[in-house]
Amino acid sequence: MTVDPPWALLAELTHGCPLRCGYCSNPVELTGRSRELGADQWSDVFRQAAALGVVQTHLSGGEPLLRRDLPRIVAAADTAGLYTQLVTSGVGLGDRRMAELVEAGLRSVQLSVQHADPTASERIAGARSFAAKERAARLISASGLPFGLNIVLHRANLDALDELIDLGLAWGADRIELAHTQFHGWALRNRAALLPTREQVERARGVVVRRRELLDGVVELVWVAPDWVEATAKPCMGGWGAVSLTVAPDGTVLPCPAAAALPGLDPPNVRVRELAWIWRESKAFNAYRGESWMPEPCRGCALRSVDHGGCRCQAHALTGDAARTDPACRHAPDHHLVRDPVHGPRTGLAYAHREGAP
Amino acid sequence: MTWRPVLHRSVVLRHDRVRGIDLLLLPERVVVLHGSAGRVLGLCDGSRAVDDIVAELGARYPGAPVAGEVPEFLTALRKEGWLR
Repeated sequence: MTVDPPWALLAELTHGCPLRCGYCSNPVELTGRSRELGADQWSDVFRQAAALGVVQTHLSGGEPLLRRDLPRIVAAADTAGLYTQLVTSGVGLGDRRMAELVEAGLRSVQLSVQHADPTASERIAGARSFAAKERAARLISASGLPFGLNIVLHRANLDALDELIDLGLAWGADRIELAHTQFHGWALRNRAALLPTREQVERARGVVVRRRELLDGVVELVWVAPDWVEATAKPCMGGWGAVSLTVAPDGTVLPCPAAAALPGLDPPNVRVRELAWIWRESKAFNAYRGESWMPEPCRGCALRSVDHGGCRCQAHALTGDAARTDPACRHAPDHHLVRDPVHGPRTGLAYAHREGAP
Repeated sequence: MTWRPVLHRSVVLRHDRVRGIDLLLLPERVVVLHGSAGRVLGLCDGSRAVDDIVAELGARYPGAPVAGEVPEFLTALRKEGWLR
């Protein structure tokens, strides 16, 4: 089988983060700072990625601003010819940092916010952060770089969608991404508090339709659908080993950021293997590539080329078997695992937050 | 009005050596350019008016239907917000 080259690289520079969001989709066990790749190793990863066909990289984490060598890392990505986007909480972004990053060749910034109300935002983030985000938004806007505002949606902020969109406009965002929580890693622990009601999702969808019309393309509103509530499998990563690859802080290479949790995957590491081999030949990247791994009902389903069988990590988290149809899909034999909580009663809104630093 | 098209600051025109195609890179998006679209956009540096671009392409590719297609293509990309 010939393997098409990847388009995008998610570079998780660190698992360290000043926030402790209840919806964090990073693994429960985080990688320690001492095991992180150095700037020279990242530089080599970017060169290999570009040679393989990658044209875009998202510098993410954790909080990439915790890396003092971030401008060097950005410069390395830009020199390799990659379109480089910073994905940040905004905490730690000051005047000088912003200027250094622009100088290094940063092309765009995605800033996260948890709620339009500062107190609610900090409660969800589990840390004081709203003032820092406001300052970051001012700096990004003033830099002239394309500015995306990302809001992870769940039960505690879905009713404030209008206010969140207003916040994005006030902060000068070019693009507002409204992305429903993905129940991976830490987020799965807080599922009961995070899972929105069906009524909330319906109202929110109405708000998006109305605001999109009013905005008329001036600011892009992106709605990432809630797979649980819609009972529809998400086209996870555009297919396994099809579009994108993730390099974790310690150099582990994964077909998706949540895949570290899959047992038996034996993911390769850039410290040991060439990225081209990892992408084309490794067992991990071929495990669910294409359609031959698919069980019924995916195998005979017309949607298999659209949703690629949904999310392998979700199938594993809920059923213990990554090769089963994603239980989010209404046709999945295990769909009750998703349907029951969605239709069931809701508990309180208290989150378990991470303790200690990675 | 003399429009001198230039790519929006968020848009990068790049030749993809691996795939042998021209691309527009944007935040969260990659646009694959077909045929000579990349060569047309390579002339959109803010210094040339649309007429200049058409003339330059006409000289470079005699007989190509540039006069009709190029302004239409540029207008479509302006509508997307990729050219200004």
